[in-house]
Amino acid sequence: MPSLNDYLLVSGLLFSIGLAGVVLRRNIIIVFMCLELMLSAANLTLIAFSRFKTVDGLPDYDGQMLVFFVITVAAAEVAVGLAIIVALYRARQTIHTDELVALKG
Amino acid sequence: MPSYLFWLFTTIMLIGACAVIAFRNPVSSALAMVTSFVGLAALFIGLSAFFVGVIQILVYSGAVMVLFLFIIMLLDLKDEKKRSSNAAPLFAGIALVGAFFIQLIGVLSNNLSNQIAPKLDAEALAAAAGNYEKSPKIAEALMSGKLPDIHLIGHTLFTEYNFPLQILGVLLLVATVGVVVLSKKQTA
Repeated sequence: MPSLNDYLLVSGLLFSIGLAGVVLRRNIIIVFMCLELMLSAANLTLIAFSRFKTVDGLPDYDGQMLVFFVITVAAAEVAVGLAIIVALYRARQTIHTDELVALKG
Repeated sequence: MPSYLFWLFTTIMLIGACAVIAFRNPVSSALAMVTSFVGLAALFIGLSAFFVGVIQILVYSGAVMVLFLFIIMLLDLKDEKKRSSNAAPLFAGIALVGAFFIQLIGVLSNNLSNQIAPKLDAEALAAAAGNYEKSPKIAEALMSGKLPDIHLIGHTLFTEYNFPLQILGVLLLVATVGVVVLSKKQTA
């Protein structure tokens, strides 16, 4: 049986990989995918805690509610973010973060 | 969930996540992301969060991946060309992630939270049935030793979390309107 520590470690690893992707990759769509990975890592933590801390013998459903909300917000965020990327591509013909320097001081 | 299944799905998830970063072609990255999320959904189901696991597959493998693929094809992106990679961001990225991960191991290496999941067997479930006298369907399922996951989530969502649910509806409306406004061609 995997313990709570195992789940937290795996979730931390997934978060680290997502963070590495956000820092390393230059393609804004892939940066976006890595953001999704990081959100999912947080979800894994929440579900693990919800299972390991029972309330009256059942899993703690408050944690699962939070996951539910995170998934919804992530879906809305993807929709808006991709619309912004399309608008950006229309204006600049690029989605590489290296070439988007209009706001650089 | 038995240990070997846990490590199997964990490996699938982490390899998928690494592949998202490693692939040059965005379409491959999107498919790798789905692989990663399928592994994650299996972990959710192993933690007896059946509804969230199914939603994870439906929302991410269904909606989000299609949206990503659609945008990638719409923009007609070329493969990222090999550019003279700047050493500074690479070093910064690896150092940042390494520091975070070492910190995490430090926190987790004390055995305080090294616990096993509490049992969800028929007795424990039947004992919990007493709290759901007002909702006979849930109580009945609990008495017969099943975990009525979807009923319990619905019960919690529409009683304790009713107000946040409505706020979420407004958020989705705002997102829909925002997307329409953003993707409309601007006329001068």
